[in-house]
Amino acid sequence: MSISRIWAIFIRQFFLFKGNPTRLISIFVWLIIDIVQWGFITRYLATLGQATFSFITFILGAIILFSFMTRIQQGIMMAFLEDIWSQNFINIFASPLRVKEYLSGLVLTSTTTSIVGFIVMVVIAGVAFGYSVFKLGMLLLPFMAILFFFGIAMGIFVSAIIFKLGPSAEWLGWPIPLVLSIFSGVYYPIGTLPPFLRIFSALVPPSYIFEGMRVILTKGVPAAGFASDLLIAALLTTAYLLLAGLFFNRIYLQNLKSGSIARFNAEAL
Amino acid sequence: MRTIEGRPGLFNASIAEQYWLKLGHPCTANILHLTAACRIIWASMTDRAILKIGNLTKKFGPLTAVDHISFSVGSGEIIGLLGPNGAGKTTTINMVLGILKPTEGIIEILGHNVQQSGPELRKNMNFAAVYAHVPANLTVRQNLWVFGYLYETKNLRKRIAFLLEEFDLQDFADTKAGLLSSGEMSRLNLAKAVINEPCLLLLDEPTASLDPSIAQLVREKIKDYVKRTGAGIVWTSHNMNEIEAVCDRVLFLSHGRILLSGNPAALPSEHGKKDLEELFIAVAREPLVLKG
Repeated sequence: MSISRIWAIFIRQFFLFKGNPTRLISIFVWLIIDIVQWGFITRYLATLGQATFSFITFILGAIILFSFMTRIQQGIMMAFLEDIWSQNFINIFASPLRVKEYLSGLVLTSTTTSIVGFIVMVVIAGVAFGYSVFKLGMLLLPFMAILFFFGIAMGIFVSAIIFKLGPSAEWLGWPIPLVLSIFSGVYYPIGTLPPFLRIFSALVPPSYIFEGMRVILTKGVPAAGFASDLLIAALLTTAYLLLAGLFFNRIYLQNLKSGSIARFNAEAL
Repeated sequence: MRTIEGRPGLFNASIAEQYWLKLGHPCTANILHLTAACRIIWASMTDRAILKIGNLTKKFGPLTAVDHISFSVGSGEIIGLLGPNGAGKTTTINMVLGILKPTEGIIEILGHNVQQSGPELRKNMNFAAVYAHVPANLTVRQNLWVFGYLYETKNLRKRIAFLLEEFDLQDFADTKAGLLSSGEMSRLNLAKAVINEPCLLLLDEPTASLDPSIAQLVREKIKDYVKRTGAGIVWTSHNMNEIEAVCDRVLFLSHGRILLSGNPAALPSEHGKKDLEELFIAVAREPLVLKG
């Protein structure tokens, strides 16, 4: 792996932000809208009936973590799409760049923007709604690590799909977090789902995080079997990350054979 | 039909090339880590071609885009790849660049097999093509930084300053590439193409859409580069005057095959044609009845 080539992919995106401040604003706008909207929704829910736990504590925390994961996925996809929109694939893949270096560059870009976005969300949640995500204590670290790597896996997977089907498949990348949220227990416990849908939940690593988080925030202590759930989530994430990388590489090799890389642009595919 | 193969000079390159390909690659030194100048000196001293292509073929389903072509490019040599649209020129270049996998055949750069050596070998080459744009939303300088890092160019800041001056791009250094004129964009593409001082430069219609004055300037820059570094060049163009002025040797491709090759000044008369353009038209229209 060449640090220089990974850096090339990173600074290419950095220059875009530097050259156009509206791109920078776009990182924050949706996050701010998310946190403000959900902040008020949870504040309203807390006023209804006899809530057994603080909606703000749980839902706002879940929104912050889920947004972090979503931004990682979309950050990778957006950085990948930039190369499609600027018809830069020939220049990139005709250089000494390896696929793993390219993906590392995309991940580095996305990580940077997502961390900045995460900090903004944490600050707004704290200032506007008096919520601190750090209430989760040290468990925040494994939670974030699993969501981070799962976001990377999803970002690479979606990019591979676009790489396979062409730029017109770009739209596929946007609803994926919403679909995942159904099975992840972000807004409601997994037990709310019908039994056959819970099978899908078992395959989605964030579901273990948000279920575990819900128990910790309502009971104050992790549920029995929480450690094994965390381990399953970590193993699933590792498997998805590996599969996504292999899938992207496979699509790259297929495109090398078919000649798609040389003519990869919105007009041709 | 007459097919002429090989480099002009001391030996029959066609036989030597076949011998080379059969023997494998008796390369004992790992030259990938040498500087560009050293690699070129090494190539010329050992009489090894910078680029060697053997039986290269590319099929897209039933269509054979490139059909068992073989040729080599020596140090300091400029090879013109000519042919009508769809003849297989760009497909050949894409295979050399490593963005298209050949169906069969061998591509060697400085004695190393492209397929076996991996992307690292691409540090020795670069390209400019009329259809390959650098990102339009980055400035000239930013583009050179990005590609400099991609090719792991040493002393990058100094190199960029040199290239901006060499290609008269100082005044546009902080202008976004998308705002450049065709001529300025071509100069930027060339600056990007030589940022790593490649031993092998692939130029796919580098002067297309340029006015004669800028096209002349671009040709001079490339010839200077070859003179200074001894790099090998593969050049495609539909401008026959340009090919005649620049290339040491031309290869005529038709339906994916090399139909003719030789000195661009001598080739037309050898085939009873007035000039290269007339020969090109004959190849393009009636490739199978052309007589030597």
